[in-house]
Amino acid sequence: MTRELIDPTGEHQPAGRERAARPTSLDGATVGLLDISKARGDVFLDRVAERITERGLRVERFTKPTFTKVAPIDLRHEIATKCDVVIEALAD
Amino acid sequence: MSPGTTGTTGTTGTTGTTGTTGATGLTLPDGLVAIVKRDCPTCTLVAPVLGELARSGVALTVYSQDDPTFPEGLDARDDTTLDVSFALDLETVPTLLRVRGGEIVDRTEGWKRDQWEAFTGRDGLGAGLPEYRPGCGSRTHDPDIVARRTAAACAAALQSRRVPLGDQEDDIEAAYERGWTDGLPVVPPTPERVARMLTGTTRDPGEVVAVVPPDLVPLTVEKVAVNATLAGCRPEYLPVVLAAVEAACTDEFNIHGLLATTYFSGPIVIVNGPVVSQIGMNAEINLFGQGNRANATIGRALQLVVRNVGGGRPGGVDRATLGNPGKYTFCFAEREHDSPWEPLHVERGEAEGTSAVTLFAGEGPRGVVDQLSREAESLAQTLAACILPVPHPKLAMAFDAMLVVSPEHGRVFREAGWSKARLRDELHARLQLDGDDLVRGAGGIAEGLPEAFGGMTIPKLRDGGLLIVHAGGGAGLFSAIIGSWVTGPGGSEPVTRTIGT
Repeated sequence: MTRELIDPTGEHQPAGRERAARPTSLDGATVGLLDISKARGDVFLDRVAERITERGLRVERFTKPTFTKVAPIDLRHEIATKCDVVIEALAD
Repeated sequence: MSPGTTGTTGTTGTTGTTGTTGATGLTLPDGLVAIVKRDCPTCTLVAPVLGELARSGVALTVYSQDDPTFPEGLDARDDTTLDVSFALDLETVPTLLRVRGGEIVDRTEGWKRDQWEAFTGRDGLGAGLPEYRPGCGSRTHDPDIVARRTAAACAAALQSRRVPLGDQEDDIEAAYERGWTDGLPVVPPTPERVARMLTGTTRDPGEVVAVVPPDLVPLTVEKVAVNATLAGCRPEYLPVVLAAVEAACTDEFNIHGLLATTYFSGPIVIVNGPVVSQIGMNAEINLFGQGNRANATIGRALQLVVRNVGGGRPGGVDRATLGNPGKYTFCFAEREHDSPWEPLHVERGEAEGTSAVTLFAGEGPRGVVDQLSREAESLAQTLAACILPVPHPKLAMAFDAMLVVSPEHGRVFREAGWSKARLRDELHARLQLDGDDLVRGAGGIAEGLPEAFGGMTIPKLRDGGLLIVHAGGGAGLFSAIIGSWVTGPGGSEPVTRTIGT
């Protein structure tokens, strides 16, 4: 008799999603900077913003309400709508 | 014996045809059908009658519930699996049926000479036997058999995927290879074990209990039961595990963030109420340590749910720098019977006499020694001093603490007449800190609060940031402090949930 075990996992197959096409150039791109609200993440992103602005790119700043939880869906949607690329700062 | 034959030595002309007996879904041969068991005096009594019928050429089929060699010489069909008996919803053996065209047209139980004669159309059956003997209970009513049969039906109804094992595959090693364990061996979740686990709850196996991060997977009662099986739980622990999982997967408790943090902490389950003694939890000697099955496996089951169903694994979404051994399991009960105070769950809004779990996002316990304080004020001073380092003497308001007061320390407060609220107020008063000592750089330590807090008085703990429970062995002037993870809406709030059935 075949021995069987009951699968304890979520039997969860994440829906396969294509990654967005990588831009070949940042010319004219809007760069999103997401601060996850970790201490001093803003220090790092301020400097990144300076460097990106120097290159003539547009910067949009975003902040997660708390680093302990995933970004709210509205924030994710706003970033996706406004930006071509995103830099997320995980700092401590 | 091929279907449709009767086991008689009579002429083939009397051999019954086979049909499906409507209501039972069972295929029974036409003619007479008798169901017997050797372990029944009435069946033994009528065995010669059955032989007499067979020799006379009556189409007769006999099913034996316990021994296919009984009655001797009749080539009885083997119903030791009781499939036929269950399908017939049998109450009594012997039962004699008359089957025509596959349908049961008549039925008699026990031995009644006149009915048997009417059934068979033969006079003078069983000469020398009494006129009437009641039968015995069918084996289908044996409690052990009913329980096994129910479990088998429940096992067959499980919705989860089945994982076949190879002939040479060790089941415990198989669980390791599939990534189902926390590093310790697990109990292999066979269908029978999972079905037995589900007997511990009245809830429907298909009911969705929670959505488990990080993969946000809907979690059914059945999946909780599978992981409780892995963890080594007994069925009666399942309602506690269910309540713990529900509490953990709330937005307030935030198990996703707790899992993902680089911090030490993990979910701690504190159990209150009558369930503690009902399932034999430990609230006393060595309650944080090894040795009690319920404490050990309930906390483990919660973590296995997060791992296996939620997909949260160390090195994956779990990014703990150091972790703590309580992340295998950290579950204990409050010692309520001689506590100086109201139990934790009642303080948090549950009715007295109910059972509840409280989830606390915490690190490992740190010991507090004070063997000399006999006055409540002195002991409170010690406890305040020991809460101060959570998680750093210069950080405040961002981390809660749970104070676990042992019976010998509890006695000091009882004798002084201090309520739990009084103790909390006294500790709070002793934990008002000078902001100048806490700011970054103060005391030669870079860590600390921003400069803006200089000159202010800062409470160590936020309002509601101190949980107090009474637990531990009767001897030892010790208590324990468990520091939390990041508190409040931006981190984790303690969550209490009633334990159901």
